Amino acid sequence: MRIAIASGKGGTGKTTLAVNLALFAAETEPVLLMDLDVEEPNGSIFVEGVLQSETAVYREVPRWDQSACTLCGKCSAWCAYNALLKLGDTILVMPNLCHSCHACSELCPAEALPMKQESLGKLSYLECGNLRFVESKLDIGLEQASPLIAESLKYADKMFSDIGFQIIDSPPGTACAMLSAVKTADFVVLISEPTPFGLHDLNLAVETIRQLSIPFGVVVNRDGIGNDDIYKYLEQEGIVLLAGIPNQRRIAEIYSQGGLLYKAIPEFRTSLDKVLRYAKGIR
Amino acid sequence: MKEIVIISGKGGTGKSSICCALAHLWKDRAVIADCDVDAADMHLILHPQSSESKDFFSGIKATIEAETCSSCGLCASVCRFDAISAQKGKYLVNQLDCEGCAYCYRICPTGAISIPEQKVGQYHISQSRLGCTLIHAQLNIGAENSGKLVSKVKSVARHQAKQEHKDFLLVDGSPGIGCPVIASLSGAHFVILVTEASKSGFSDLKRVWELVKRFNIPGACIVNKADINPVICREINEYLLKEKILALSEIPYSEDFPAAISMGRTLMEQNESTWRPIFEKMGNAIKEIM
Repeated sequence: MRIAIASGKGGTGKTTLAVNLALFAAETEPVLLMDLDVEEPNGSIFVEGVLQSETAVYREVPRWDQSACTLCGKCSAWCAYNALLKLGDTILVMPNLCHSCHACSELCPAEALPMKQESLGKLSYLECGNLRFVESKLDIGLEQASPLIAESLKYADKMFSDIGFQIIDSPPGTACAMLSAVKTADFVVLISEPTPFGLHDLNLAVETIRQLSIPFGVVVNRDGIGNDDIYKYLEQEGIVLLAGIPNQRRIAEIYSQGGLLYKAIPEFRTSLDKVLRYAKGIR
Repeated sequence: MKEIVIISGKGGTGKSSICCALAHLWKDRAVIADCDVDAADMHLILHPQSSESKDFFSGIKATIEAETCSSCGLCASVCRFDAISAQKGKYLVNQLDCEGCAYCYRICPTGAISIPEQKVGQYHISQSRLGCTLIHAQLNIGAENSGKLVSKVKSVARHQAKQEHKDFLLVDGSPGIGCPVIASLSGAHFVILVTEASKSGFSDLKRVWELVKRFNIPGACIVNKADINPVICREINEYLLKEKILALSEIPYSEDFPAAISMGRTLMEQNESTWRPIFEKMGNAIKEIM
């Protein structure tokens, strides 16, 4: 089974929950943890594993073959992303706008746009006892996170299909990157905080997960700040509250050092256990 | 008119709270743009009194007309996004997976595929309760093109700021380093990086600064929750010095942040005597650089 940890709002505790849940579960069974917050992955700050391998990830973008090109301009007219531009007697390719659909390359009558590999980012694979940890990191300057997330999931399917319990740390937001990270999950844990910002963004995340028809539950972090509107919302919407994490300065301090909460705060084990039991009951 | 963008790399560092406080400080001098379009929150503090809303169209998605489709399957065979599948012999486009490349549309032998432009969100030109204009937006769920919506919000906000003869355009960016962040940086005069004194905050700060450097935009940094980890805070300050980033302010861990959000207030409204001097000092330092 695959669980995705997601949130609308950033900084609500996705990584904290994902790494603690994964290492806690790995005390009793093999677990795969994937950090797919590819723009700003932080899982490796908390997982002290032994690096097994690093894999460069590529995607394909067109390369202009000037000698074959007849300058018909069809590619530039067809590209839905304006990634190809005919400027005088030159075809300009802008890889940052390209979505790798291959249309230009395959439809070019002169076969003047062969696809070439372009770097997307890097996958690091670490082992830590029963835990297999894959961190996916986007190259700086690249605009699209989704292609790297899709490639990372393919890598996990190929390498770790034997691991029955998998956890994904998703990117924040509710746009295409978050969707790519959660869409293969069997269960989604949304984590938020009891403030108007947290509730507003949780609501967006709930609507997103409902569109995907994936079962989900909510963890409320920093319980004790703000107000109880989030709890009223969960009750009204019939959404299960999986666990609460109290608001303590000490938790922020442990987190800041890259420490693991369930090792420092025994009560946190009970919360993690509740989340795991519920998620596994879904299957 | 100078454009100041507030970003953080990491989410939840207090970026929007700080942006709201600066908006309060500069309510007569700035137009505010909330460019965190897939989790826009500033309107929850700045409470628009009146709004003009506009639909935002961008990109296309394919749809297949069942009567015209001959079920040849060519569309599904060329789709790189696995967005087209056969159900009971008829081909259907999964709208959430379609990336709008129109490859299927161009090759369909019976012309059964159309590519309508998509309404991917809305943007609003609002009068905030503080008096300043707030441009904000909402991207539809799972939508692509958040970068394009950010560019739209910024261009509308820029126009507004010039029309109102304001000194500043204050932009709240989104977390990360991808397309919405890149779109929010384009054309900016100054970047304020909001981080926190944690290993994650520092790591994300370094990645987002690597991105900012490519735009050659000068930057300043606010370290939030500076006292939760003095060691990391010192490391961050050394980094700022090395990278020639102005150390703008260190803010201690404070429950005023969530409390202010919960009351729908800016930090200054939450606790005037604590926060006004801090933000006035920041504001003066920024003006000096400008």
